[in-house]
Amino acid sequence: MPVIPVLWEAKGDGDGERKHQKLLEAISSLDGKNRRKSAERSEASLKVSEFNVSSEGSGEKLVLADLLEPVKTSSSLATVKKQLNRVKSKKTVELPLNKEEIERIHREVAFNKTSQVLSKWDPIVLKNRQAEQLVFPLEKEEPVIAPIEHVLSSWKARTPLEQEIFNLLHKNKQPVTDPLLTPVEKASLHAMSLEEAKMRRAELQRARALQSYYEAKARREKKIKSKKYHKLVKKGKAKKALKEFEQLRKANPAAALEELEKIEKARMMERMSLKHQNSGKWAKSKAIMAKYDLEARQAMQEQLAKNKELTQKLQVASESEEEEGGAEEVEELLVPDAVNEVQMNVNGPNPWMLRSCTSDTKEAAAEEDPEQLPEPVAHEVSESEGEERPEAEDDTLLREFEERRSLRKRSELNQDAEPAGSQETKDSSSQEVLSELRALSQKLKENHQSRKQKASSEGTVPQVQREEPAPEEEEPLLLQRPERVQTLEELEKEECFQNKELSRPVLEGHWSEKIPNNHPDAPKEKKKEEEMIDLQNLLTTQSLSVKSLAVPTIEMLEDEVERNQRQMIKEAFAGDDVIRDFLKEKREAAEASKPKDVDLTLPGWGEWGGVGLKPSAKKRRRFLIKAPEGPPRKDKNLPNVIINEKRNIHAAAHQVRVLPYPFTHHRQFERTIQTPIGFTWNTQRAFQKLTTPKVITKPGHIIKPIKAEDVGYRSSSRSDISVIQRNPKRVTTRHKKQLKKNSAD
Amino acid sequence: MKVKMLSRNPDNYVRETKFDLQRVPRNYDPALHPFEVPREYVRALNATKLERVFAKPFLASLDGHRDGVNCLAKHPKNLATVLSGACDGEVRIWNLTQRKCIRTIQAHEGFVRGICTRFCGTSFFTVGDDKTVKQWKMDGPGYGEEEEPLHTILGKTVYTGIDHHWKEAVFATCGQQVDIWDEQRTNPICSMTWGFDSISSVKFNPIETFLLGSCASDRNIVLYDMRQATPLKKVILDMRTNTICWNPMEAFIFTAANEDYNLYTFDMRALDTPVMVHMDHVSAVLDVDYSPTGKEFVSASFDKSIRIFPIDKSRSREVYHTKRMQHVICVKWTSDSKYIMCGSDEMNIRLWKANASEKLGVLTSREKAAKDYNQKLKEKFQHHPHIKRIARHRHLPKSIYSQIQEQRIMKEARRRKEMNRIKHSKPGSVPVVSEKKKHVVAVVK
Repeated sequence: MPVIPVLWEAKGDGDGERKHQKLLEAISSLDGKNRRKSAERSEASLKVSEFNVSSEGSGEKLVLADLLEPVKTSSSLATVKKQLNRVKSKKTVELPLNKEEIERIHREVAFNKTSQVLSKWDPIVLKNRQAEQLVFPLEKEEPVIAPIEHVLSSWKARTPLEQEIFNLLHKNKQPVTDPLLTPVEKASLHAMSLEEAKMRRAELQRARALQSYYEAKARREKKIKSKKYHKLVKKGKAKKALKEFEQLRKANPAAALEELEKIEKARMMERMSLKHQNSGKWAKSKAIMAKYDLEARQAMQEQLAKNKELTQKLQVASESEEEEGGAEEVEELLVPDAVNEVQMNVNGPNPWMLRSCTSDTKEAAAEEDPEQLPEPVAHEVSESEGEERPEAEDDTLLREFEERRSLRKRSELNQDAEPAGSQETKDSSSQEVLSELRALSQKLKENHQSRKQKASSEGTVPQVQREEPAPEEEEPLLLQRPERVQTLEELEKEECFQNKELSRPVLEGHWSEKIPNNHPDAPKEKKKEEEMIDLQNLLTTQSLSVKSLAVPTIEMLEDEVERNQRQMIKEAFAGDDVIRDFLKEKREAAEASKPKDVDLTLPGWGEWGGVGLKPSAKKRRRFLIKAPEGPPRKDKNLPNVIINEKRNIHAAAHQVRVLPYPFTHHRQFERTIQTPIGFTWNTQRAFQKLTTPKVITKPGHIIKPIKAEDVGYRSSSRSDISVIQRNPKRVTTRHKKQLKKNSAD
Repeated sequence: MKVKMLSRNPDNYVRETKFDLQRVPRNYDPALHPFEVPREYVRALNATKLERVFAKPFLASLDGHRDGVNCLAKHPKNLATVLSGACDGEVRIWNLTQRKCIRTIQAHEGFVRGICTRFCGTSFFTVGDDKTVKQWKMDGPGYGEEEEPLHTILGKTVYTGIDHHWKEAVFATCGQQVDIWDEQRTNPICSMTWGFDSISSVKFNPIETFLLGSCASDRNIVLYDMRQATPLKKVILDMRTNTICWNPMEAFIFTAANEDYNLYTFDMRALDTPVMVHMDHVSAVLDVDYSPTGKEFVSASFDKSIRIFPIDKSRSREVYHTKRMQHVICVKWTSDSKYIMCGSDEMNIRLWKANASEKLGVLTSREKAAKDYNQKLKEKFQHHPHIKRIARHRHLPKSIYSQIQEQRIMKEARRRKEMNRIKHSKPGSVPVVSEKKKHVVAVVK
């Protein structure tokens, strides 16, 4: 209930204000708030100010809104209004804390800050503590590299030797001081720009790559063993050379002449040297082999033919048969009979073949040769005239070879043993080319001669012989030795014998050669392999299936059953046989500690020995040395104790009793002890590594405290002193608030 | 066809010069070199014995002072130069290689309380009982010049210690409060105080150079931040701390030499528990100094001995004493970490090897290898009882020895009593306090 207190009565004008006040109070108390005024009388002196301003209402707060009310009307005071509004939103400043508390807060903040700064050192400290090795001083002294000019400027040549050297340097315009490069060196530095160098390098690389390709190709081609192929290649080359030569002759006769001269010179050189005569190591070995080996003989012959061809004198028109014969005589002197004989027969149709049925003599056969030869000559001529056809033929043949080779490569896996090829084909290609050229030149000359004047057929024979491809397959069958064969019967016997004997290896050779080329054979083998694999696959898969199906299930079942049983047994007899176990253990320990008897019987000594035979009991008894009874065990009368008597007190004095600190298991410790670190057991390097000291200091060097820069931190750029001088003693209000919050927490 | 052939590098078997040793190929088959462990054990034993045989750490005694040596300082740039201040106000500069005093200054009246060198090594500062701080040139005066300080600052109170900043022209003194001075001014740029007791020593942190530590006679250690011009934290120990020393390799670690015979290594971020309590001395520890490698420190004690402690061990690895050495007041570890200097009551400065059995001078590579190997062997077999016994054996003066025995008994009695109290009281009512925590009374924020 609102009560309107009426305490004072209105008295005159002075009381008008009071009345008004009262009224206001009454009204304000009407709005429901029970405002009670103290009933005490207030002192007049408080109310009446000496400056004639009523201090009434001093207990009340001055509200800003009251001040603002009159302002509202005038628009000129807008700025003041705004300011006042701003002030209105702010609260009053609280009382400052006492000094101790402020300091405490300062300290705390500073401490937190400092510990944060310090915590950046944590990783470094940890690293240094755990480091295997620390090297002091920490900062690396970088070697100061003084430019040589500086060094030299302060240095003077004193001794005569030094002076001499200096004179020399000066003579060569070697600059002693800056810029340290001779003019020539400078020029060389400027000679090539980077791009140029790069381009050149790239070019060189390309050239190298090409060369390597070419080399690889040449090697590959050289490896091809087929004679036919090589012959074809040779032929091709020769033709090419000839063509080129012809062209050259047409275009530039002088150059052609030079070429001719070159060829001539090569021939002369060959004539002088003994390169193709059979005096070389290889030739000698072949000569020995020639008796038995067909291929060797053939190689021999070919070499001889080459020799003959190379050493042949330039044929003049007046050359007669005599010379030829003479040359042959020379040849015969050099070469064993057998080879020569064969050489006679190689190219032409064999006399024995021709007259295997008839009983003609050797001489007749020899006579017949020239008669048959003109045909090839004609053939040769036709060949030289119409070149297109054979070339095409050659091409096709070459292609065939290529195909065959690729096939062989494919089937190379199956074939291990390669038949020994003829050595001749492995001559260096350059030599071949050279010889080819020579042959060509000769041929050219011959052609010329034949055109100019009719050459004797005998003269051209050797070349033709060389040129004509010999039928390889037939040759081996023709090999025979005419000298020994005297009579017809003998000859016949020999023939069939030889046929049997020789044809077999040759056939074998052919076979082995042909295997890779044999098309139907290779696939067969492949098939076989495939079959094998299939079989194996089948087997393995079967076994796998068996495993995966049957075994695990059974095992699991068994496991389960066993586990169950064990569990049951454990539960049933829990802790039952501990005593028995202990007793058993003790018995075992006692047994082990007992001294053992020594048995010195040697089985089989003085009696029969062997499997199943034992030395007799008597003997055993005799040689058994009984160990003396040891002292009674200490735990003999202690039923619950096992005393280990093995412990050696003398050794124990040297043993570590307690596991040392950093180790967690005795095994670790034992392992560290057992790994030796000495040079007796370790290599020098390992020894050095194992014995590196933990701290290395340099004698005579001052070790400075660690610095932030040493470990890669940035040290604070501001110096401590500047910070002090700028350091404001007071703390901002914002900071203080933060502090208070901290302290409140 | 390429034929592969055995090829050897002649470098592996040909000597470079005829003076080189012949290379002998060696077979490292373990079967050929049996009994590794016993052989190495014997080697280790021999190494340990030899170490003891060669343990002759005392190098020289520098005599010349006419009163007890009160403080020592190292030259920051020169290993051979040492400065010392005596109780009669005399400062001497020594040359260690010649073992001679090269300069004598009557610096103060009364004690020289503290001495420190400037980081550049051109001058040094002394404080004395005559309430002055004096700066001196390191080089002596020229012919005909007076021996005079560069600057003299007259203070209001006695300064008991001084230390110079590691990088800047600032130094700190202590007395009634910690003052930080600019070298150019006669008034401190800031003074920091916390409590009202005389501060006995102040030390700058060598790594974070704005940090300082001080210890006062009201048993506390106070840390300050020079930049923020405010103390940071205070730890109160059982007894008074005589001096502290910062670890030069670990920014937040310092060690305090206490009157209660112990040294305490603190991490300054966690002052409530020391990282390690080092105890072996049998009397008050008066001074401590870290090895520049930060792995060990040396302490000087009133019990007439100095001891070397590894920072992570609570027991000392070495004790040095001589018959004539009295109470050791100050100790320093030289900047190359090879030597230790100590100044004592009986007017002498002594020079010791930091490693008692170390051979001085240049070692050949083989000697070095042998030394390293022996060191590793000793380390490897250090736990074996015989080796341990030999390695630990030290001769001690009777006074120290009997003191050790006595203190052991006392300690044991105290421990027993505590155990009994725990045993006979309600479980949990008597707390078990660890040795580390026992000595810290309080940490004041």
